[in-house]
This record gives sequence, C-alpha cells and structure tokens, in this order.
Amino acid sequence: MAVHLSHELRGTALIVRVGGEIDHAVAEEVRDYLDTWLRRSGARHLVLNLSDLEFMDSSGLGVILGRYRRLAPDGGRIVVCGVNSTVHRMFELSGLYRIVSAAADEDAALAELGVA
Amino acid sequence: MRLSFLARKGNEALARMAIAAFVAPLDPTLDELAELKTAVSEAVTNAIIHAYPDGEGWVSVEAVLEGDLLTLVVRDEGVGIADVEEARQPLFTTRADLERSGMGFVIMENFMDSVEVESSPGKGTVVRMTKRFATRSSDREAKVE
Repeated sequence: MAVHLSHELRGTALIVRVGGEIDHAVAEEVRDYLDTWLRRSGARHLVLNLSDLEFMDSSGLGVILGRYRRLAPDGGRIVVCGVNSTVHRMFELSGLYRIVSAAADEDAALAELGVA
Repeated sequence: MRLSFLARKGNEALARMAIAAFVAPLDPTLDELAELKTAVSEAVTNAIIHAYPDGEGWVSVEAVLEGDLLTLVVRDEGVGIADVEEARQPLFTTRADLERSGMGFVIMENFMDSVEVESSPGKGTVVRMTKRFATRSSDREAKVE
C-alpha cells in the first residue's frame, strides 16, 4: 500500500493526481510533493484529482488545509475533483468545502479556476 | 480477533487491512468498508502519534462480530488523555506541527454507530466503537446498480 502521485501544469494551475492511500504514514510525502511542485512550477492554484484514491483518512484533510494556508495569501485556490462518497462526507464534516471547491473532473476544475 | 503491533508509523495500514479482512464474511458495501477502515485508521493513528512520546509501545485492535454487529476496541498503554471531552471536539489537535486536522474523533463518531473513550493520564486510552452492518436483503440488492 502506498500513495501514487503525478502532476501536470496547466496555465496557472498545478494538477496533482493522487492514487492509492493517504494516511499518517505518507502524509509527509504528499505534503513534500505538493510543496515541491507548487514551488518549482510557480503555480498559483492547485487541482487535486482524487479519482484514483483508494483510501484517505483525516491525515489528508490536514495536508489539504496546510496547502490552502500556503496558497490563499497570494489569492491561490484549491479545487478537488473525483471525490468518492466517503471522502466527500469527511470534507463536509470538517467544513473543508468552505475553503476548497469541488468539481466533477479536471476540466470542470480548471473552468472553475478560470484556467482555459 | 486480537491484533497487537508497535505504535509505529506504517502500522495504520496493517490495522485497516486486518479489520477489512475480518468483516469480509458480512459482505459489507464499499461505503461501509470505507467508513470502518477510516474509523480504525483514525483511532490507530491517534495511538501512534500521541500514546508513546518518549519511546515505543504497543497498540492493540480487538474485534468481535455478533451477527451483524461489530464491536471494535483500539487500546494503548500510553500517556492517556487528560481531557477526553476536549480531545473529541472538532479541530482540536495538539499536533498542528504535523498538520493534523483535529477531526479524528468527529470522523469516528460519524462513521461508526457509537464511540466511547476511556482514558486518564498515565493509564493509556481505550476507544470502543460499534457498527451495525446492513444485512444483504433482497431490498438492498435491488438498490445495487
């Protein structure tokens, strides 16, 4: 069991596709990956495609909140897409949707951010 | 089932896999299984992060099935929690440095039918949870698409 990460820069948005499992054991790896590629790409916004995610616990919430704190001061936004029903409930319970938008897929997420 | 392991990072996945295998005979739905694995992961992660700040110790997961009712106990013999009510509040965390969200207990409460916590300083922590699984009736089969 592990987490699988890949990314693509589209305009001002960094798309990161997350597969496998996010828990405490890999949270630091995910955080470092996101911070590294946000920095190297200079992207303003982050799209998290979770459609290949097989498991996530509250460790993932902490990682997303942390990236929000990093991006928000410069007007950056986070959009999540491909969210399964259990993760969706966690996002609702935690109030994450107050600061992060949801979209059906990557194209809808980019449209939400105004990135063509 | 009783499973014991060291409170080390990485053993959360072991606990999740074990509990998923344990309830497999109930033929749970994907949502039920995901909820259970998440609740176990939260309780075990709490033990791994908080119970033994000065060294190593053990965490155990005990599970009993009575019909469609699962009782699950996650136990450590660590430092304990001084104020359990405070710890259960949404967004409460003592480890913001690790970017912990403070949502663990809230998620356990929402994904399980009941959650009881017994803890006091120096005495370890016991989290006892129950979850009733919907039986696979013809009614429910009809909803599967």
